[in-house]
Amino acid sequence: MASLVRLRASRRLPQLVRGIQTSADTTLLAEKPSDLSKPFMVKLHEDSFQSYLCDKPELDVQVSKDQLLGMYKQMQTMRRMEMAADALYKAKLIRGFCHLAIGQEAVSVGLESGITPEDRVITAYRCHPFAVLRGGTIKGVIGELLGRQAGMSNGKGGSMHIFTPSFFGGNGIVGAQVPVGAGIAFAQKYMEKETATFALYGDGASNQGQVFEAYNMAKLWNLPCVFVCENNKYGMGTSAERSSSNTSYFTRGDKIPGLQVNGMDIIAAKHAVEYARKWTVDDKKGPLLLEFVTYRYGGHSMSDPGTTYRTREEVQRMRSTQDPIRGLQRYIEEWGLASEQELKQLDKDAKAEVDAAVEEAKASPEPLIKDLWTDIYYKGTEPPSMRGREREEVHYY
Amino acid sequence: MLPTRRFPSISLAALISRNSSVALLRRNSTVAEPPPAGGHLPSIATSQILRTTRERALRTPGLTWNEDEASSSIVNIGRETRKMNVYQASSIALTKDDNAVVFGEDIAFGGVFRCTMGLTEEFGRERVFNTPLTEQGIAGFAIGLALMGHTAIAEIQFADYIYPAFDQLVNEAAKIRYRSGGQYNVGGLTVRTPTMSVGHGGLYHSQSPEGFFMGASGLKIVIPRSPIQAKGLLLSAIRDPNPVIFMEPKILYRSAVEQVPIDDFALPLGRAETLVAGADLTLLSWGTPLYHCETALHMLASPAPPLAPHVPAALRTAKVELIDLRSILPWDAETVAESVARTGRLVIVHEAGMTAGAGAEIAAEIQKRCFLKLAAPVKRITGWDTPVGLQYEKFYIPDAVRILDGIVETLSY
Repeated sequence: MASLVRLRASRRLPQLVRGIQTSADTTLLAEKPSDLSKPFMVKLHEDSFQSYLCDKPELDVQVSKDQLLGMYKQMQTMRRMEMAADALYKAKLIRGFCHLAIGQEAVSVGLESGITPEDRVITAYRCHPFAVLRGGTIKGVIGELLGRQAGMSNGKGGSMHIFTPSFFGGNGIVGAQVPVGAGIAFAQKYMEKETATFALYGDGASNQGQVFEAYNMAKLWNLPCVFVCENNKYGMGTSAERSSSNTSYFTRGDKIPGLQVNGMDIIAAKHAVEYARKWTVDDKKGPLLLEFVTYRYGGHSMSDPGTTYRTREEVQRMRSTQDPIRGLQRYIEEWGLASEQELKQLDKDAKAEVDAAVEEAKASPEPLIKDLWTDIYYKGTEPPSMRGREREEVHYY
Repeated sequence: MLPTRRFPSISLAALISRNSSVALLRRNSTVAEPPPAGGHLPSIATSQILRTTRERALRTPGLTWNEDEASSSIVNIGRETRKMNVYQASSIALTKDDNAVVFGEDIAFGGVFRCTMGLTEEFGRERVFNTPLTEQGIAGFAIGLALMGHTAIAEIQFADYIYPAFDQLVNEAAKIRYRSGGQYNVGGLTVRTPTMSVGHGGLYHSQSPEGFFMGASGLKIVIPRSPIQAKGLLLSAIRDPNPVIFMEPKILYRSAVEQVPIDDFALPLGRAETLVAGADLTLLSWGTPLYHCETALHMLASPAPPLAPHVPAALRTAKVELIDLRSILPWDAETVAESVARTGRLVIVHEAGMTAGAGAEIAAEIQKRCFLKLAAPVKRITGWDTPVGLQYEKFYIPDAVRILDGIVETLSY
């Protein structure tokens, strides 16, 4: 019995260890800013980060009114876009697969705020916000989801396949984008570019073998690659605890240092991305693992209600207490950067922008039948013919 | 995948030795008696398919010179040739393209088949480097590099190890152009990998996986038969604006010797080559079995006494057209169909197992295109639908006698 007691005691122990906190609104003003048009200092909660083989970032962060309002607008717009996709899917206008990032806006917007347009980003299938932020358009994303010519892949890809010149998609195979990211980073190093690649994946993909293959190559060759794990606590319908022997994803790179970040506080998220970029690009210290602890409000995909493996109360609690947009809204209001009225106007602008883009995308025609056979091989190097939709339909190039 | 993946050095030495390769070929055939000294059958060493003189090498059909300032004034006949393997193709590709890099398992010291020997010394470890034993990672990494516009020449040490990379090649490399609406492509990607049986490779060193890629539109699959073909097709593959898997028949690395033009030249992808013209039957193959096909044609014309009773005299004068498909995907259906429409008979030979092998697709397409011209069912002579067991390897691969048997059966249908 004594050993059993000890076992129980030791099982409780991890709960006593202080972990990362994921509140969205725990950043405090360092001092009341006298002039709001100038940047001012804030202090992140001391449990915003956990580190592995590296120092934690400073907790004192410089922010500015324009920056915070800009990020607020972006997060709000991204959420509106995902909600529009949700509605279009439920109206049966979008078919196939569709994975929404509602709840995870601080990661995409925080990432974009901390990097340069020359950096490269590659992610998995929960990709819509990244595609817009990396130079795409809402019309392009919604058009792609609807399968229209206005889509960013001309309607030929769909939800998981959206690209821009600095954003390598949008990849449907769990984990497959991670070694591709390592190759992109190698090209940056080979060309002696002062840039980094941010290769994103989820807590579910963290258990894919090829993710570890990519870690090894990146560390071995000291590639400017930041591995970004978006830990939204569920790999499809299985919780991180049920899928991973080690849920501290930031420690899973072996010799690659890691940083766990409160992925619900946009200021912490942006700060961590800047830290990672400095680590890989300015200080040339090789790869780094960033883990954003975040949460997805919806199901894994549209066919998953998202309530069979977690309680409605849990989702509701996260929405009401740790929402990244509400957190930033609170900062803005408490720090006197904008009035409730002004924020409401930003919300309205976001909704109007998305609504207009949806209408434009809907008006776009579907791809032409002849495009069924384009973009398979480089134009002019195709086989003489390819088969079509039915037995007698053969397309001759 | 395997801790003891490499051939023991003793096997490699045996492989390199030309004499033993010849002996190997003889072991592979099931001739009842060994041929007389000097042989009355062609082997790889004496094959007429190989262009062992400079004059014949320079007359290789379809060969086009990739001219540059230095050599453009040289007329065809004045060009130099040398015995060599795929090393020179990689070397030329690296010389002419600063963004080209070569990588794979152990390739820095030349690789298990010494194909990349000397490249590291010539171009440096930044451009020619070893990777970890990470096939899926190599493929993903190569795709990332190619997405950035680089020329990625990756090696998978044996075609048998390409399966971990299958997802990356089929889902990412083949589809990226289509799924990005033409925004991205990995045209700079070439994956080299040794394929087919070696006589003693066994389960994991003798497979021919080309058939598994047949449905992956967007990829190209190329299998050369000889050094001239390997160099010209590899240079074309590297420069082709599509991802190419280039499978090199491993037994031919040392046993097939040709005079190869040292200049930069190309051979066309997607085109079959007719090696022997004929009117009575089309014999289609690629890679190593082409040499068994050549042997079988000699057996048909003048069978050795133990075989003679099985080869009707009327068939011995049959003119068999031998075609090297070279590109397996997309494959040259026009050339094959044109040939079969003339001959009325098709025999396909490949080393992979029969079920859903590349021959299945070819047979189906040719039966559709040439249905009314066919005088016999399309015959497939292939490996068995079993693993390539080490002790049974010589029974597994389609040898000259099995090919002869298939030809006789098809001609007398």
